[in-house]
Amino acid sequence: MSQDPTRITMERPLTQYIHPDGTPRLLREYVTNGGYHSLQKLVTGMAPKDVQRLVGESGLRGRGGGGFPTGSKWSFVPMGPDAQKPKYIVANADEMEPGTFKDRILMEGDPHGLVEGMIMAGYALDAEVGYIFLRGEYHLSAQRLTRAIAEAYAEGYLGKPLPGTTFRFDLHLHSSAGRYICGEETALINALEGKRATPRAKPPYPQTVGLWGQPTIVQNVETLYNLPHIVNHGSAWYHSLSRTQDGGTKIYGVSGRVTRPGWWELPLGTTAREVLEQHAGGMLAGVHFRGVLPGGISTAFMTEEHLDLPMDFSSIPPQVGRLGTGTMIVLDDHTCPVGFVLNLERFFARESCGWCTPCREGLPWVARLLQSFEEGRATNDDLALLDMHTKWLAPGHTFCGLAPGAMAPLQSALQFFHDDFERHIGLGRCPWSNKPAQLRVLV
Amino acid sequence: MATIIVDNRSYTVDERKNLLAACLGVGLNLPYFCWHPAMGSVGACRQCAVKQFKDDHDPSGRLVMACMTPASQGTRISIDDPDAKAFRASVIEWLMVNHPHDCPVCDEGGECHLQDMTVMTGHVYRRYRFPKRTHRNQSLGPFIRHEMNRCIQCYRCVRFYRDYAGGRDLNVFGAHDALYFGREQDGTLENEFSGNLVEVCPTGVFTDKTLFQHYTRKWDLQSAQSICSHCSLGCNTTVGERYGIVRRIMNRFNSQVNGYFLCDRGRFGYGYVNSDKRIKRALVRPALDRTKPAQPEGVPQVLEIIGERLRRVRGIIGIGSPRASLEANAALRSLVGPQQFFLGVDEQEHRLLSTILSILRTGPVPSASIHDAEQSDAVFVLGEDLLNNAPRLALALLQSVRQQPMERVDELKIPRWDEAAVCNAVQSRRGPLFMAGHRQTWVHEYATDSYFAAPDDIARLGFAVAGRIGPDAPSVPDLTNDVRDLAQRIADALTRAQQPLIIAGTGSGSQATIEAAANVAWALHQHGKQTRLSFVVPESNSVGLALLGGGRLHDAFDSISQQKADTVIVLENDLYRRAEQAKVDAFLETAQTVIVIDSLEQRTAAHADVLLPAATGPESDGTLVNQEGRAQRFYQVFVPDGDITDSWRWLRDLARAKSPEADGVTGVATWNTFDDAVSATAATASELARIGEVAPPASFRVVGQKVPRQPDRYSGRTSMLSHLTVHEPPPPPDPDTPLGFSMEGYRGPLPSPLISQFWAPGWNSIQAVNKYQDEVGGPLRDEMPGLRLIEPVATKAPCWFTAIPPAFQPTLHQWLFLPLSAVFGGEELSNRSPAIAERISEPFLSLHPSDGARLSLEDQVTIELALQGMTYRLAVHLESSTPMGTAGISLGYDASGVRVPVWVDLFKAIKTGHRRRVA
Repeated sequence: MSQDPTRITMERPLTQYIHPDGTPRLLREYVTNGGYHSLQKLVTGMAPKDVQRLVGESGLRGRGGGGFPTGSKWSFVPMGPDAQKPKYIVANADEMEPGTFKDRILMEGDPHGLVEGMIMAGYALDAEVGYIFLRGEYHLSAQRLTRAIAEAYAEGYLGKPLPGTTFRFDLHLHSSAGRYICGEETALINALEGKRATPRAKPPYPQTVGLWGQPTIVQNVETLYNLPHIVNHGSAWYHSLSRTQDGGTKIYGVSGRVTRPGWWELPLGTTAREVLEQHAGGMLAGVHFRGVLPGGISTAFMTEEHLDLPMDFSSIPPQVGRLGTGTMIVLDDHTCPVGFVLNLERFFARESCGWCTPCREGLPWVARLLQSFEEGRATNDDLALLDMHTKWLAPGHTFCGLAPGAMAPLQSALQFFHDDFERHIGLGRCPWSNKPAQLRVLV
Repeated sequence: MATIIVDNRSYTVDERKNLLAACLGVGLNLPYFCWHPAMGSVGACRQCAVKQFKDDHDPSGRLVMACMTPASQGTRISIDDPDAKAFRASVIEWLMVNHPHDCPVCDEGGECHLQDMTVMTGHVYRRYRFPKRTHRNQSLGPFIRHEMNRCIQCYRCVRFYRDYAGGRDLNVFGAHDALYFGREQDGTLENEFSGNLVEVCPTGVFTDKTLFQHYTRKWDLQSAQSICSHCSLGCNTTVGERYGIVRRIMNRFNSQVNGYFLCDRGRFGYGYVNSDKRIKRALVRPALDRTKPAQPEGVPQVLEIIGERLRRVRGIIGIGSPRASLEANAALRSLVGPQQFFLGVDEQEHRLLSTILSILRTGPVPSASIHDAEQSDAVFVLGEDLLNNAPRLALALLQSVRQQPMERVDELKIPRWDEAAVCNAVQSRRGPLFMAGHRQTWVHEYATDSYFAAPDDIARLGFAVAGRIGPDAPSVPDLTNDVRDLAQRIADALTRAQQPLIIAGTGSGSQATIEAAANVAWALHQHGKQTRLSFVVPESNSVGLALLGGGRLHDAFDSISQQKADTVIVLENDLYRRAEQAKVDAFLETAQTVIVIDSLEQRTAAHADVLLPAATGPESDGTLVNQEGRAQRFYQVFVPDGDITDSWRWLRDLARAKSPEADGVTGVATWNTFDDAVSATAATASELARIGEVAPPASFRVVGQKVPRQPDRYSGRTSMLSHLTVHEPPPPPDPDTPLGFSMEGYRGPLPSPLISQFWAPGWNSIQAVNKYQDEVGGPLRDEMPGLRLIEPVATKAPCWFTAIPPAFQPTLHQWLFLPLSAVFGGEELSNRSPAIAERISEPFLSLHPSDGARLSLEDQVTIELALQGMTYRLAVHLESSTPMGTAGISLGYDASGVRVPVWVDLFKAIKTGHRRRVA
């Protein structure tokens, strides 16, 4: 690694100034470190289309888990004098993915970064109003964002035209009333409108028919944090941060029985092995690695053989899985994989919005089947039923991605830990449990 | 049109449809739940999955939801694909996870869409072995039963109730697999269209509570086609009967009139047919002695007594009825002669009906069907309380406000069937709806602007709007700035629209508002707009009666008091509703003989010297003309017991009794069958000439067969009368229609007036109507949606109304009493139905709060009010929407003889009672 201090800091644009003691970076410090500098560029003649082009060239991809190229997402927003007004920028800060805490780190440590990123997105898309849709439990983030927004208003970054332009941006913070499905962008929009948090039919996409029926961009928090840096330093610099064709850095996290659970901002494309072994310090003594959910619980298990894949949006083959949020949950040999998956499926069943049949009725059934495995009451027929659900709860079959996401860990668990499922049936109990086998009544 | 390929066969379909509607339209069976032809697609249930292939070379394809996929050119899908079939069976299996399988005790059993779809997918074996969720059910009032455990969460109920019908008190609660569709707490469903939940719900969550009280399976119902008689709109219904009891009313699809939905008054108002107040026997006072009460007597004897009397009378007059069929009225007119036939409506109504008819006949603008109203992109209502007087039309207005925002939907290239996307794009945007009246209802929430004023001021607003649209229309001087601005806004919105609709009616008793409405419509017509007019009238055959023509009621009274006649025949009418009590008393007293033909005990009938039991709608055949001028046929459902028969048959028998000589008999006396009645009626007025074309004649046969009223699974035919006889009696004859009172006959495609129940193989629920349409949601195959009798000449120059009333001036002591009608309680027959009776609210007087203060009246206090010689106990409602200087009065049926509008000195009229609420 280079010894040049500016070079080192440039490797961690999102988190370099975040205080290790957990205190937030306030406005004065933020500005001193170059914050709101990107807005100067706009004032000095960078047109919205220039920002859009720059973001497109940077290769920035959505950090919420989908990895959709931000530039192309933006290209669907109607621009020009005939475009529907107002347009909205919504920050998806409903970070409810189990095991995922990257957005919280950013919002608690550096709330102004989000404000600046949203102003930037607003400018690029000629949108005048922003909403931060914040997970209800993120009280500290709410406090710090509220203060940052007030500071930005006081300084004239918000609520007034930027000097020399007619562009003015207003920003509101909305704390969610809860529910995992609000992380789905259209359910989020419904929730923001005060409706049931049920996903919307697509098309039309929010870019044309979004919040209050108006053109809307919903963007993950981490994605928005990247924008000022891309505008400040350019797309070539941004590409150079990553190891692969997807630009920039990624906040990776690890939880589970590893030596040093935590988070690290690393070049996009860092391998899982590197994150787990170099940064998280490997498994705890006496504990062995069995698999990892690479980015939240709606991603498929990766096992030992996949650990050298670059962890980005394009290098993981679809049949293996996907990066998701990049915050990994490690499964070890002291934990029952069936119980592990049961815990996930219970969560998914509870968080189904109840709109479409396969998800609403299928997930609770799956959870009950897994429960019966854990209780030692399962049969081979139950394995077939689990397989049926993994087949039918697929993208396009359900109304949104929740149920297919729920099937990713189950399907991969059935693939990689099939023996463990069968041992539950054969033993009539969970092999990881001390409880005696269930008496089974054969009918 | 587009060509789509389904399982390797090509079909030509409308590319503006989705695949589900397209497939159903070409006769393919594809199961669905959440989709509804009137409510579009939302993609919730995932039941209509099909396999879609990119092209010929795509071997695998992917599952798509047919309801969410456009039927675009070249679309290649498979319904029979093994994956698609297995997935659809799985959807049923998931839905059945929590469904209680209580079909044998479920009211929906036998006409359950969930049953049909389950059978269609082939899912039979339950693999779910865990507990089912259970819910507590709610008590939802007299119309609807609630059994939440059966719910399959298709969301149709809330989509209908909230999104389509504007209801607020039914909602979906909870999440994941613990959803609850109901109210926040137990209580009567408030929305006036709640009964449609019975048909919208694909299973037995919401069922008809009135049916439950005398439950019969669909397959055991003898059914026939009817026309709702509880307001002037003429919605089409199917009436079901067993054992001489009307069991329920279902919607009967008519693309031009009611479409898929009815109001609750129409659906649950049938109980009067089963009432113990029915007149079942012919009654006559012994020797026609006024001092003796009328006694049951054999029909031949009664006819002989009447015949004897009729041959000796000085003169007979007949009073017709706006709720009796054209044929019954024509029979009376024939019996007494056109000069002695009187309309049987009050003076004011007579005048307003004549004005309306003349506007529709002579002006260039045609009347609007309910379907037209739904399609209108700007609506102006003058002085009419649609929700209470013509509820189904109010429901149509909730659809009309969606028309203008659809322009944006089209711009965004969102297909109109994609309701989920349409809702997101439209949000709360609404097209223009202007409502001027003297009473606020929840429909006003949908209005662009509401104007609450006395009828004269409403008329002035209307005239002002017309004056701003058409240079030839008279303009209104001395308007206040507010009204002038409002008139301009309304004029602008109407002239921007493509299909504006102007609505007025008899509801506020104001001639001027009707004339103003005509001026607005004519001015728009001159402006080149495809304009429609809609006039709401009081009763189911008010327009038909007016077309038939007859004298005024006070002339009828005069002819008795002046002794020009001494005998009166009152046809299906309670005169106490039509005139002041004293006048009616005198009239009935003076007449030497009073013959009343009616179905229910009522005040006039109590004075009858001869009382003849008339058949109600479901017991007779007839033609009604709705407020649009559309003639429609209703059919007898069952043969009533007792002496009950069609009114026209009684009149025919009276005519024969009057002149018993067989030769030389003319007119009604020659009628033998209903078709005779129809052709004689057709001959009475040129506009009625084509009423015979409304429906096939009695001689109509298909392959030589009549059409059965009973389904082919009708059970118990051989045993239902076994307590009387072990021999199966022959079915009663029906000389009047092509229908038979039996199971035997032709089953197959029929002209729409003859479809007695919607049923198709595999489609036992009301959703079977799909199978009767070429295009799902479109007209029925061979639809005969009734016949519009009045079509104006579009090129005619308007004859402007110029009688612009002066502005309404409140006075110091007098209040202008205005009528307030009620959807429940405001109509004579439905009032007598137990379920409706439970919903009738107490009589009340509505005042502006400042008027309340002047009278020292607090809200909700009870007063006694002397009015036109009677005293009424009323609650006081202080409402800021009540125009100052006016008082809205809602008296219910018992006091319907009160004549309003009328000026009343409230300081004198309020007799006693607490002016302040007792703490």
